[in-house]
Amino acid sequence: MVAYTILSGLLFGLYFSLMAIGLNLIFGVMRMVNLAHGDFIMLGAFAAFFAYTLWNMNPLVTMVFVFFLFILLGGALYYLVVPRLLRAQDPEMLSLILFFGLSQVIQALAVIAFGNNQRSIDYTALGSGTVFLFGQGFEESWVVVAAVSLLAIILVSIYLYATKLGVATRAVMNHREEAASAGISVHRVSAYAMGIGLALAAIAGVFSPFMIGSIDPTMGTDLTTTSFAIIIIGSLGNPIGTVVGGMIYGLSLMYMESYQPSWSSLVPYLLLFIILLLKPSGLLGRRMRNA
Amino acid sequence: MRNGYKAGFVLLVTLLLFAVGTHLYSNEDMWFQAMVYLALAQGINILYGFTGYLPFGYVGFFGTGAYAASLYMTDFHLNPIVAILGGGVTALIVGLLLSPLLRLSGAYFSIGSLAASQMIYYTVSNPALQAVTNGPYGMNLEAFYNPAESYTVMLVILAFTLAATAYLRYSRMGLALRATREDAVSAAMAGIPVVRMRITAWLLSATIAGLVGGAFAWHISVFYPNTVFDLNVSIFAIVFTLFGGGASLLGPIIGMVVLYGLYNWIGISAPQYFQLIYGVLIVMLVLFLPNGIMSLFRKKGYDVP
Repeated sequence: MVAYTILSGLLFGLYFSLMAIGLNLIFGVMRMVNLAHGDFIMLGAFAAFFAYTLWNMNPLVTMVFVFFLFILLGGALYYLVVPRLLRAQDPEMLSLILFFGLSQVIQALAVIAFGNNQRSIDYTALGSGTVFLFGQGFEESWVVVAAVSLLAIILVSIYLYATKLGVATRAVMNHREEAASAGISVHRVSAYAMGIGLALAAIAGVFSPFMIGSIDPTMGTDLTTTSFAIIIIGSLGNPIGTVVGGMIYGLSLMYMESYQPSWSSLVPYLLLFIILLLKPSGLLGRRMRNA
Repeated sequence: MRNGYKAGFVLLVTLLLFAVGTHLYSNEDMWFQAMVYLALAQGINILYGFTGYLPFGYVGFFGTGAYAASLYMTDFHLNPIVAILGGGVTALIVGLLLSPLLRLSGAYFSIGSLAASQMIYYTVSNPALQAVTNGPYGMNLEAFYNPAESYTVMLVILAFTLAATAYLRYSRMGLALRATREDAVSAAMAGIPVVRMRITAWLLSATIAGLVGGAFAWHISVFYPNTVFDLNVSIFAIVFTLFGGGASLLGPIIGMVVLYGLYNWIGISAPQYFQLIYGVLIVMLVLFLPNGIMSLFRKKGYDVP
């Protein structure tokens, strides 16, 4: 029981890291609070659902299409709203409200387009067998999703630490003005970050029917708060710290579901609240934000 | 002081409208809900408009007040009015316990308050606490049901809320709060007790939500945890305030009249279209009119009460 709880916590932890990492990338680069994050996850989930039911498409294939589609979408969204927002008096607060409005728009459109019903994908779409890890049996789909999540996180790290654009991205994260004066095109870097951030959210959405359960147009709100809990645990603005947050969240969620199931929905909020009060900069945060 | 009269006029007209409203248009529930949302919007206004802290989890206080008042009525057999006051006091205590949230800035505070309200919700609605809160099965106050009296009590709460906002709009304290919102460090150097001011506004705002929650529970008499902890309650109140413009008495009133009118017109039959409209509205407001409709009049040099 203990080994199973820990291992499934780690598998889900990898998935939750993937779910939250895009939110952190966007916050880190442009200090924008994307309250519509969960709704992009929902859109990814519906993409997977329709691709599977209409064309019998494997979610792993859908993932590739969704990734590029949402990069374009994110870039467009960036140029549409962010430069204007950055000129305002308090961009961080206004971005919170703006993306909240966007979240309402996406949810409303999704209800109009998809209806209010719960949907689910046949869980065997990602493999129906049982995988044994350290003597414990897990659903194959969990292991596949965890492996893909790990791969995606490694690719994000390679992007941030080993490509020219990624190094520029980290420069913008550390100091916007200095990066601009060093000749980095802040807008281009930010547009890519927005695109990649939304694309990662949508990919997480593609796999959500296998990890979270049935999907519906209003599922985004809870996922947004969960993602926030994860990135704040790991520290805001540090995408790699998200992995720590995801693991802690996955482990505590699995622990609660095994031993105190009726209290398990309290976990993300409780963790978020404790971390915010004890160490608002997150477990890996170095600088204190003005509190 | 001429401005003070203007605020008094707005206050009286609003209260009068709600006092005689049910004779003009007999849908009492609509009038009652309008009062609930207006009082909550002013509660948000007191916090967000004057201090810049936007509490997404404001509904937590509303639900706390509703549950506390109901439990005082059913378990302690208190008079409903005393129970509602108790609901306000309970929300005040919860606000006091949550006041460390004010150490957080901007977005962190909003998300932290959201987490706090969800924690209260999941605790109250937890099946493990069924003996105390009746868990997910809600509360039943039918033994105390009295629509006429609860309407009057709500009107009194609204009057208190509007008066509190009008006071902040024209008093030195409101001015100090707005100075704190613009630049906390300079305000502190000018001798304003920043932390104490903020906590006062936060507790006032929490108490208002608790009182409103209590009156709402009494009026509706049967409710479930997801009725009184519905995030949409926060959202409505926030949008009404943002639409009209914060830090004024009139802004949230205008926001409530326009948007709640819109809601009654199309929102009830087709909620998703209403959600779409107010989503688009929020985006447009942030991009083009971040200080609300009232800022248009302010720009023309008209002093909005």
